Amino acid sequence: MQEKRYAFAAPRDFALAVCFILPQLVVTGLFFFYPAGQAVLGSFFMEDAFGLSKEFVGLENYRRLAESGEYLHSAWVSLVFSLSTVLLSMGLALVLAVTADQAIKGGKFYKSAVIIPYAVAPPLAGVLWMFLFNPSGGAMTRILAGLGVSWNHMLDGDQAMILIIIAASWKQISYNFLFFLAGLQAIPKSLIEAAAIDGAGFWRRFLGIVFPLLSPTTFFLLVVNTIYTLFETFGIVHAVTSGGPAQATSTLIYKVYNDGFVGLDFGGSSAQSVVLMIIVMALTFAQFHFVEKKVAYQ
Amino acid sequence: MSMFKRFLAVLALSILSFGIFAAPVKIQFWHGMGGELNDITNDLVKKFNDSQDKYVVEPVYKGTYDQVITASIAAFRAKQAPHIVQVFEVGTATMMAAKGAIRPVHELMANSGVTLDTASFLPAIASYYSTPDGKLLSMPFNCSTTVLYYNKDAMRKAGLDPEKFPATWPEVYEVAKKIKESGGAKFGYVSGWQAWVQLESFSTWHDVPFSSKENGMAGLDTRLAVDSPLHVKHVTFLKKMMDEGIMTYTGRKSEPINTFTNGEAGILTNSSGSYAAVKLGAKFDWGVAMIPYWPDVAGAPQNTVIGGATLWVMAGHPKAEEIGIAEFFKFLLQPENQMNFHKITGYLPLTKDAFELTKASGFYEENPGTDQGILSLSLKQPTPNSKGLRLGNMVQIRDVEDEELEAVWSGKKPPQQALSDLVKRGNEILTRFQAANK
Repeated sequence: MQEKRYAFAAPRDFALAVCFILPQLVVTGLFFFYPAGQAVLGSFFMEDAFGLSKEFVGLENYRRLAESGEYLHSAWVSLVFSLSTVLLSMGLALVLAVTADQAIKGGKFYKSAVIIPYAVAPPLAGVLWMFLFNPSGGAMTRILAGLGVSWNHMLDGDQAMILIIIAASWKQISYNFLFFLAGLQAIPKSLIEAAAIDGAGFWRRFLGIVFPLLSPTTFFLLVVNTIYTLFETFGIVHAVTSGGPAQATSTLIYKVYNDGFVGLDFGGSSAQSVVLMIIVMALTFAQFHFVEKKVAYQ
Repeated sequence: MSMFKRFLAVLALSILSFGIFAAPVKIQFWHGMGGELNDITNDLVKKFNDSQDKYVVEPVYKGTYDQVITASIAAFRAKQAPHIVQVFEVGTATMMAAKGAIRPVHELMANSGVTLDTASFLPAIASYYSTPDGKLLSMPFNCSTTVLYYNKDAMRKAGLDPEKFPATWPEVYEVAKKIKESGGAKFGYVSGWQAWVQLESFSTWHDVPFSSKENGMAGLDTRLAVDSPLHVKHVTFLKKMMDEGIMTYTGRKSEPINTFTNGEAGILTNSSGSYAAVKLGAKFDWGVAMIPYWPDVAGAPQNTVIGGATLWVMAGHPKAEEIGIAEFFKFLLQPENQMNFHKITGYLPLTKDAFELTKASGFYEENPGTDQGILSLSLKQPTPNSKGLRLGNMVQIRDVEDEELEAVWSGKKPPQQALSDLVKRGNEILTRFQAANK
């Protein structure tokens, strides 16, 4: 273990350090702590849309959430969606990264092609998939019909869920791919070559050397992807299914938006965002506490 | 130095001229008319601005209807409210309850001394946007209602007379079935805006309450009534059509227009405002009819319900500006302007004069079916059950309507249970609105 060293020991240096981190603090305070504080505060009130009458209701908004079957359902939907999206996007990205790592011809083109979807904005990604799977005349709908599958995600909740999982994963694969590829390239070739000389096959090398050495990257991506699926997939859900049919794809973050900005129920929506914030904090904490122990930092 | 003097001179001149030629009063107008409709709205406003030199209305496209209302509320909270905001019909109760934030149109008229001939409005339009004692709250702008479009070619293929489209649900069922069986279309029937068509307009069309207290017009303590035997019967009927493959479902809003125009479904129920979209998309011979009714219901058909949006005046603007707003409204009401807007957008004319003027111009003969909306909306004098809906948090209630109907279509719930759940969930939303707007 390295000895800890402090670059800024004197008080004057400390002031300088504060100057360096101040901009970041201001930004975080203004764009994170202030709105988050407003949400916490707002969750204890019930008010009309225009803010003309505001009444302190204590924990009433939370009580309503706890008693609401729809909210529990929404939590379940989020769980299914997040878990599937994280597994699918990370799994596929890993496969692609391992393949790209070995590609000799056309490697650059291949890598660029995988990265492109990351540049597409989430709502746009959603619209793209919506057109492909449009029940009236979408290209994929026709192909599926040819295979004997009747596709109508406007009607079938499971199909709607599958569609947003695909759309959200597709979008995230590029990001995961980049990190996995960087992680793979950081693994010393000598280790792998040594194992190969000892007669270890591809799978033996992958499971015994590559995957464990990749674990810091995998762990980082697990945390980032969980947060992505819980918070940033709103645009995709909005564009593809609007939470339907019959709330089959109404994730927690979509419900926050819908109740707040469409339903204009600011108190209830604030309470939901506070709960979501706590869930994500708990999840991240749990990941660091339990999963990180299995991570092998070099 | 001379530069500075010149600058002073220009400054003095501009101050002087400001005193002589008073700058026109500016009026901010936020709306949700996207695409083609944005241009049409801008043209209309420009015509008003060119017609006089005292006021300049500045139209701003703020996105979809729910974005307009959210933006307006944010602006109001920041004390920067625009003068006029366009609010869709389901936002009416929210706006009405915001006393102090809005300026009812009847007050605006009294204060500005500019009178609008409110008696000239078509009854169903005026009643939707008035207080129970008949005082106008917001200025109707783009109104639509539910109508039925049908594929004439598909009807011919099924051996039916396309000039005689039936008026009742049992007959429409037979038509839809024959269209499907003859291969005229893959499906017989599809509906857009199902909550509006199959529950809301369905209720007024059959003169039964959608919710208590005159559908919310007579009090905030209104509760849903859509679990009645008639509603259950209708939803069961639709579910049967769906199970038999005669009806399909392709979305909550206007998505089903495509299902109709690409020939997949032979009959479509949707907004009269979809006329232009159908005209643009359909490559076959088609017609417009009134939405069907159940012949065993006494009093049906009554009248359909309104959709579209109105213009709300935000409170807190000086008198000079309020006069400008009232003048703008007066301009909008002129039969000529009404007629032009009606003809190009497919939205309904608001006044009897405008309707007569359009009729006299021969437009309805040249474009058959364009009058079906206005005719079904004003079929009879509105009753307490049919004059309109005024429910708080209506946007959320619409979501619940859609969700519960989808639960029926996908076989998750039987119709009776779905409608009972709809009432239960809707009433929670209504109770909450009542509590927040005491």
